[in-house]
Order: sequence, then C-alpha cells, then structure tokens
Amino acid sequence: MARWLIGLLPLVWLGFGVWQNTLGANPVERMIRYSGDWGLWWLLATLAIAPLRRLPGCAGLIRLRRLFGLLGFGYAALHVVFFITFEHFFSWSALFRDILKRPFITIGLLAFLLLLPLAVTSTPSWMRRLGPQWGRLHRLVYPASVLVVLHYFLMVKADYRLPILHAVILGGLLGWRGVR
Amino acid sequence: MPFRWNPELGPEDVTPEAMFQERRRFLRAAAVATAGAVLGWDPDAVQAEGGLAGVRKGAVTLDEKLTPVREVTSYGNFYELGTGKEDPAKLADRLVTYPWSVRIDGEVEQPGVVSLEDLLKPHPLEERVYRMRCVEGWSMVIPWIGFPLGDLLKRFVPTPKGRYVAFETLHDPQRLPGQAREVLRWPYREGLRLDEAMHPLTILAVGLYDRVLPNQNGVPLRLVVPWKYGFKSIKSIVRISLTEQQPVTSWNQHAPDEYGFFANVNPEVPHPRWEQRQERRIGEWLRRDTLPFNGYGEQVAGLYAGMDLTRFF
Ligand code: HEM
Repeated sequence: MARWLIGLLPLVWLGFGVWQNTLGANPVERMIRYSGDWGLWWLLATLAIAPLRRLPGCAGLIRLRRLFGLLGFGYAALHVVFFITFEHFFSWSALFRDILKRPFITIGLLAFLLLLPLAVTSTPSWMRRLGPQWGRLHRLVYPASVLVVLHYFLMVKADYRLPILHAVILGGLLGWRGVR
Repeated sequence: MPFRWNPELGPEDVTPEAMFQERRRFLRAAAVATAGAVLGWDPDAVQAEGGLAGVRKGAVTLDEKLTPVREVTSYGNFYELGTGKEDPAKLADRLVTYPWSVRIDGEVEQPGVVSLEDLLKPHPLEERVYRMRCVEGWSMVIPWIGFPLGDLLKRFVPTPKGRYVAFETLHDPQRLPGQAREVLRWPYREGLRLDEAMHPLTILAVGLYDRVLPNQNGVPLRLVVPWKYGFKSIKSIVRISLTEQQPVTSWNQHAPDEYGFFANVNPEVPHPRWEQRQERRIGEWLRRDTLPFNGYGEQVAGLYAGMDLTRFF
C-alpha cells in the first residue's frame, strides 16, 4: 500500500538523521520533539478531513482518514517509546515519578491513553462490531487533540508562538464542527 | 584538537569584509590576539592564527571528555538571538561587538564606563575546564578562557554596602534581534551574592577552546558560574553593578516558582515541570546522574551553610 509508505517518510528522514548524525547536538531531544510534532500533525490532518471532504471533488479524502489517524497514533507511540528509552531507560519507578510529578507528562499520557482504544478499534471488523457506538467512541479524538496541544503549552518555557499556532488550527477545526 | 565546523553555514554566513576589518582592529586593540573563528569562521585561520595568546593552560582541569567545539557553538540558549537552541548560531552575525564598553556602577568606590580593552588589560587569562549544566536537563564540558570575577571587582573597590552583584546584557534589538519580542523582560539580568561573585571558581569568560568567544556563546564578555544552572551565566555583559538589595533576575522574574535566585544545581530539588536528578551530557544517548552543586560541592557548599536549599532554590 503506497499510501502507508508516504506516511513513513518522516520516520525515514529521522532514521537517516540518526545514521548520519545530522540531528544536531542533542539528537534525543530532536527525536522526541520530531515524533511528537508528527503525532500532532497527523491528528490535525485527521481532523481536517471532515471539513475538506465537503469541498467539490474532495469526497474521496475520507479514505485517508483512518490512515492519518493511525499515523498520528504511530508517531505518538514512537514519541512515547523514545521517551521511555532515552529519558528513563526503562527505569519504571523514575517513569512513574515523572508521570505523577510533571503535569505535562501526565497530560501527554492521558492523551495517549485516549488514542489507544481508537487505534485498536480502527479496523472494519471493530467498526461492524461496535455499530453506532463506534462513532461515539471515536469522538475521543477531540479531547485527545486538546490534551496534546495543552501538553505542548505546558512544556514550553517562555516562547508560546508554536503551541499558540497549533491551538489556533485545532480551534478552527473543532470550531467548524461546533457551528456546522 | 581537530576543529569541525557547522556544515549548515554557507557563503551568506561569512562575515562582510568591513565588519571583519572592524573586528580585527578591535581585537588588536584589545591585545587579545586574533581568533579567526570569530572573524570569519575560517578553520585555516584558526589553525594559522592560533586564537587567544598568552593563556595559562590547565588552571582548572577536569577528568571528563570535552564537549566538541561544534556542539558547544551550535547548541544553547541565548533568547536574544532566538528561542530555538540552534537559532543563536544562525543569527550570531547580527551581534557586532565593536566598540564594547562595560558600565561598572552602584556600590563601588570607582564607578565608571570602561572600554572592553581597559577592562581586560590587567587580567591574565587562564583556561578552565568546567561542567555546564542547563536547567533544562542537558550538560556540557567546556574549556573556558577567562579570569576570576573577584579580581575585577576588587579593582573597582566594593563599598561595605555592596552585598550583591547585578549584571545586564546588551539591550539592542538591532544587534540582538530576539529582543524585538518581549519573551523575557529585556535586558536580561542576572545576579550573585557578593561571596558567590568573589568565589575563585566564578569567572568572566572571553573565550573558549583557545579562541575569542563565538558570538552565540556570549561575545565578548560573559559570566561563568559552574555550580549554578546555565541561565545564571549571563552573556554579552554591558553592566556590572554592586547593590545593597538582591537584584531582580530575568528568569526568576518570569517564573519565580520555577527559577530561583540562587539556582544552584541540585538533584534533590525538581523543577516544577521536570526532574533534575539526571541530565543528558551532550554527545551521550542515556542520561547520567546530576551531582549536587554540579560536582563543585566541596568548593562551594560552605557558601550556603545553614540555608534551606529547597526554599532558597
Ligand atoms: C506518555 C505520553 C507522553 C510523554 C511521556 C510525552 C513526552 C514528551 C516530552 C518529554 C516532550 C518534550 C521534549 C522536550 O522537552 O524537548 C514532549 C513534547 C511534545 N509531545 Fe509528548 N509525550 C507524550 C504524549 C504525547 C502525545 C500522545 C502526543 C501527540 C500525539 C505528543 C505530542 C507532543 C508534541 C507536539 C510535543 C512538542 C514538540 C516540540 O516541541 O516540537 N506527546 N512530549
């Protein structure tokens, strides 16, 4: 499936960067941020399908939605794996301390836990099995995205331009749903 | 020591000839021998001209691997040159440093505005290899070139009322374009208690890795206090004041519950948003334990005897 491969390009770029040592002085920081960014971007792309498919000739976009959602989850999972590996090296006690003590980690984990059931139930058989419940369940992507942007705000020290930009985009996408 | 240069620098990053000549004059006048790196980022020039002259090597050494010059000069926080950690190296050219003078005022017997040349003249330079621990949780080992701040302060004779030392960075949005936005309240300010300032480990640095400070590392004059988080080590200093009251400091003003006035490296006191028990040494994949006072406890813990360091963090 060629579409999957396009979604993997950012990962290939990252792998290349690690291999060639072009990720700068702090490659771990770059890997964590880059995977987090892509997780968020795929989620925003997922949310953008509903408004965009209303444009003339764009109805087919709906076929990309599941892929975008899964990519969002995939990059978020990578982000979490990088975090567990390089920030704590599987020291679970330190990890739990972190989750309890650092609100921005708590919020990130919450967002991840909301995304997890969505990824699991993204298959056609789960759609069939859940019936009308499926749509209701998948509305969890809204609070999950809000939590991700909040997570972004909480990690910043002083320069809020980028989280604000993402909040505005997310606000637009959710706001569109509200007024429609 | 092989020098490696930022591969992202292109022809447009080369210093214009006029500025090159200007800086060259400044350096000659300053009697700190030329450093090709700052002038034109030309590796051959560094090799040929050798950087700072007359530096006493080995004044303070450390049995740890130095962080390569490329990382030291391409990664760091200098919000006046952008809030990304790789921005300062890219915008560094904007920070023209000639002429440069420093105002020394407040509670001193001999206040005044001193040219950088006159400020530096009496002080023999020495190399000091220090750990540098950023409050964000990363660290480096850097061979600074500088001299004890205490030696400078003694020249201007603090009065008995001078209990703190306050520092200010240049405030000029033309040369420090990050100041066009009020991310922090400019100018950047830092401060030390007088006994911390007089401590022999506290230095004013003018160079690193045998050459004049690259612009992004705080040219031409910066503080280095190795047992405190990096934000205390203020860059591109234009003012040093002795004060009676504890001075206002930038990050403390921005978020008092996150950044204290003392900001001693302390693994036991977490930042409200992250742990401080460990740090990533630049160049390593996994984190290592953070040492109390960044490993300088033997020398400096006495300064804080009887103080509750969780309260005065
Ligand atoms: C257990 C769950 C999570 C943990 C432990 C976690 C951890 C982190 C950490 C440590 C950072 C900051 C990196 C730094 O300071 O350099 C960060 C930033 C970020 N995270 Fe997460 N995260 C989690 C969940 C998520 C999820 C589910 C998403 C999105 C789908 C996400 C998106 C982001 C974004 C967009 C950033 C900012 C990146 C940037 O600065 O460019 N995170 N996360």
